[in-house]
Amino acid sequence: MGKLFAVVVTVITLISVSFFVMHTWWPPTDISTTGPAIDRQMDETFVETGILFLAGQLLLGLFVWQASDKNPARKIKIFPGGSTPLVAAAIIVVGIEVLALTFLGSKAWAAINLAPAAADSVHIDVQAEQFAFWFRYPGPDGQFGALHPEKIDEANGNYFGLDPANDVAARDDIVVGTLTIPVNRPILLTMHSKDVGHSLYVPVLRIQQDFVPGLDIPVHFTATQTGKFEIVCTQLCGLGHYNMRAYLEVMSEGDYEQWLKTQAGQ
Amino acid sequence: MHDTSAQHAVHQHAAPTGFIRKYVFSLDHKVIGKQYYGLALLAVFIGMVLSWLMRIHLGWPNWPIPLLDKLSAVGAPGGAMTPEYYLSLMTMHGTIMVFFVLTNAPFAAFGNYFLPIQIGAEDMAFPRFNMMSFWTTFVAFLVMMASFFIADGPPIAGWTSYAPLSAVGGDAGPGLKVGETLWAISIAIFCIGSLLGALNFIATTLDLRTKGMSLARMPLSSWAWFVTSVIALLAFAVLLPACILLVLDRTAGTSFFIPTGLVVSDRLQPHSGGSTLLWQHLFWFFGHPEVYIAVLPSIGIVAHILPVFARKPLLGPRASVGCMIAIGFLSYMVWGHHMFVSGMNPFSANLFSVPTLIITIPATILTLLLIGTVYGAKMRFTTPALFCIGFVSVFISGGISGFFLAQPSIDIYLHATYFVVGHFHFVMAVASLFGVFAGTYFWFPKMFGRMMNDGLGKLHFWLTFIGVYCIFMPMHYLGLAGNVRRYAAFTDDYLIPLIPVHKFITVAALLTGAAQLIFLFNLIWSRFKGPIASENPWEGTSLEWSTTSPPPFDNFGGKHLVVYNGPNEYGVQGAATDYVMQASPEKVVTG
Amino acid sequence: MGTSTLHSQAEAALESVADRGVAIAHPATTSRAAAQAQKSETGMWVAVSAISMSFAAFTSAMIVRQDAATDWQRFQLPHVLYFNTLILLASSATLELTRQRIAGIPEALRSGAAAAKVLLANGTYWLYLTAALGFTFVLGQLLAWRNLAAQGLFLATNPSSSFFYVFTALHAVHLLGGIGGLIYVLRKLVRTNGSAETSGLGAFSIYWHFIDILWVYLLLLLAIRM
Repeated sequence: MGKLFAVVVTVITLISVSFFVMHTWWPPTDISTTGPAIDRQMDETFVETGILFLAGQLLLGLFVWQASDKNPARKIKIFPGGSTPLVAAAIIVVGIEVLALTFLGSKAWAAINLAPAAADSVHIDVQAEQFAFWFRYPGPDGQFGALHPEKIDEANGNYFGLDPANDVAARDDIVVGTLTIPVNRPILLTMHSKDVGHSLYVPVLRIQQDFVPGLDIPVHFTATQTGKFEIVCTQLCGLGHYNMRAYLEVMSEGDYEQWLKTQAGQ
Repeated sequence: MHDTSAQHAVHQHAAPTGFIRKYVFSLDHKVIGKQYYGLALLAVFIGMVLSWLMRIHLGWPNWPIPLLDKLSAVGAPGGAMTPEYYLSLMTMHGTIMVFFVLTNAPFAAFGNYFLPIQIGAEDMAFPRFNMMSFWTTFVAFLVMMASFFIADGPPIAGWTSYAPLSAVGGDAGPGLKVGETLWAISIAIFCIGSLLGALNFIATTLDLRTKGMSLARMPLSSWAWFVTSVIALLAFAVLLPACILLVLDRTAGTSFFIPTGLVVSDRLQPHSGGSTLLWQHLFWFFGHPEVYIAVLPSIGIVAHILPVFARKPLLGPRASVGCMIAIGFLSYMVWGHHMFVSGMNPFSANLFSVPTLIITIPATILTLLLIGTVYGAKMRFTTPALFCIGFVSVFISGGISGFFLAQPSIDIYLHATYFVVGHFHFVMAVASLFGVFAGTYFWFPKMFGRMMNDGLGKLHFWLTFIGVYCIFMPMHYLGLAGNVRRYAAFTDDYLIPLIPVHKFITVAALLTGAAQLIFLFNLIWSRFKGPIASENPWEGTSLEWSTTSPPPFDNFGGKHLVVYNGPNEYGVQGAATDYVMQASPEKVVTG
Repeated sequence: MGTSTLHSQAEAALESVADRGVAIAHPATTSRAAAQAQKSETGMWVAVSAISMSFAAFTSAMIVRQDAATDWQRFQLPHVLYFNTLILLASSATLELTRQRIAGIPEALRSGAAAAKVLLANGTYWLYLTAALGFTFVLGQLLAWRNLAAQGLFLATNPSSSFFYVFTALHAVHLLGGIGGLIYVLRKLVRTNGSAETSGLGAFSIYWHFIDILWVYLLLLLAIRM
């Protein structure tokens, strides 16, 4: 039984680790400026935890194997040094690991959440609702119109509750269902929710941020590659949660300007 | 503290007569412990079936599940599960498992049965409160189950019940009219039951230890129940206010959690000024300690059982107790790690991340001490022993993934993915339940006077051990690929290629679930047909082995045991056997 | 071994006689009664911790809610609240008078059953008064609610009024529970001829004084925040 356990635990451990090492299932290629720091953090964590994982499981297997020796003359052995070396090892090794991860990780976090958005960011207003994302651009006047929840009219496409009749700034606001952005330019999203909690998750950008009803939350990033990518909702928001998505379209600068002109003309 | 007088402290109730007094409204902690166990057993099978339904739907979304339309014609017309019904089943699965299984089985069930015995008391400090705590929990269970049978169905807001989805009422979706209110009321009632239970455990441990049973000589399982009950007392005391405020927002028009200007289903909500994050803070202030309430008793149970079969002392018992206390203390400082991307102040992320990472230290120490106990052991590989070493393996697996989630920058990517689902299932569902299994196989002889079948037990172990790895390890891979959780179906471009992995998990889940029927059969069969158990079939040292199997009504037949040793006297040389019992005055030769 | 068995037999005999309600002097300080009092008091301290934690949670909810939006409307606390506070403080005083009388019973028993009976009667009188004061407090709270309603302040009117009702209602519920406990203690005192320990008077006092202190805290909190 003991030997069987040792073998099974070893096999399970090696199979599990191999899938991680082989990157069989892995985060998609990062296309952001702040993502690589996160990926580095993850790689380091994998190395450190991988060692702990292997050590723990294999040691367990080894000791169980040895403990299954049925020789009646064998005497029990206490771990050399008793509990002290193990306690000390845990404190020192895990302690160092904790400190390292904290210091290294705080930089990656700060770059995303503490650093202010660049002054020349493309500013886009994002609204999440059951069950869609809407993106609003300020239009040629560079100003966002004010929002009036009581004026929201889904049937007529007034998702944000704009009042173009009385609000000049709102007249040229562009509202679309796809987050269209220029490549290599800093983007600032201001996120709010129309109804319940939602979340914006873009795996390729390594960003995830909840929409908190009642708050306007800024998120900023810079995309480094063009293409079409998925944005999904990651905060349980009701029956359509699984279906709540939008696309991120990263365009070249020229294409983006063209797109803006086309939208403004409409 | 109060050695001689403690012996006279309990025994306020005479032996019961009549079926109702003996088996229904019993004051006897042993009956109450079995009642909790029975409730947990019922709950875990319901929770498991719910998970099967979820997993089948995820792997084969369009396949109509037989009989499901009988449970809910609206939720699953023709057997095809609607997305909202998936969320209902998911909400109920999480709620039932966390509250009615993981808080009940390792803590309330085994703790009630064995804490008084292990410390040499005749009963809990407050037998009537004890009875009330069980029946309160049972009422909470009935209220929770009732939501399955109402027209609108069970709530869909998840076991975490975030506002405002959970607070605005029926506008936000199905199940959120009456179902969510029932949920909040049920949990509030559950809080009261748990508080009563925790109170009992604490008073009993402090005041009813028999002569010679100092705190230092208490078995690790008793220590775990004691620390857990302190955590539970403070945690449930915060969840109860949260549920009360939620019910008020839902029914009385208050705005604790609902901000201004929400337009839900085209209706401008009449509430204003509330704070969504307030719910999250209150909930997770309870919710994080809760996960330690779920796992600490199992750690204690494993630390108690492993030495019995290793035939050598637990390595570092004092350090182990210190680690349990450290975990309990730290558990109150980390709740924000569930909220890294929630929009709370980003500076606070570091404040929460540091204690979260630090808490891995006592957890690592505990794990290493268990591994160190196996070192040099002369192991008896019985079923409880297998579940103990299995526990160590799954606890390592579950704990390791915590390192990732504890770091805010990594959590940005992994939050709300299947990586989290894999993590918490390993530590809670698997590790905690392995402790329950170990405890069941170990203590069944004492509770029922009969042995469980060891062959079936081993089969149950192997199928379960391999099965849980097949279910939950792949979830980490899914999470790394960005697979979002709480999705009723996978329709996004990048998720569709992952569906084969989900199918694999589903098959593993169904097979592992089926293996639990072996356990259930073993329980029931052995209860009536198992070989008669002796007083101390495992050659254990603690006080539960110093009485008959099962124990008499007052636990020790009127004897007031005196304790001479700690619980760790295994592998002793110079003793008549290789162990010295706690109640034995035989001199211990250390060496 | 021998003497301790005799001693415990004697104790048991005395206790069983007392439990049958025979009016003989009950030695109030048997080790069993002392142990019972000890665990009741431990239990009560634990309960007090839990209740404190709950009110702490409500307090932090209130602070967060107040800072979350600009809609917090201050209002004048009904003056009757201050009067109620005095009532509750008085009830703690009467409770202490009860305890003093009851505590004197074992001593009085040495000089005869009559003196003890007087103390018991006196003690239970003060305990009845404590209950009456408690009820008066609750009635006073209802008056405060009516005052608020007259100003148009109801549960959902404003977050400040919401918290006012929640705090005062929950406190009153706990106080009513305390009165229930008081009745239990009262009956036990009479049945055991004034054994403070067996009737849980010490544990009850912890609870009652706690409810009193809790109220003073709540009053200050409401006065400052509202």
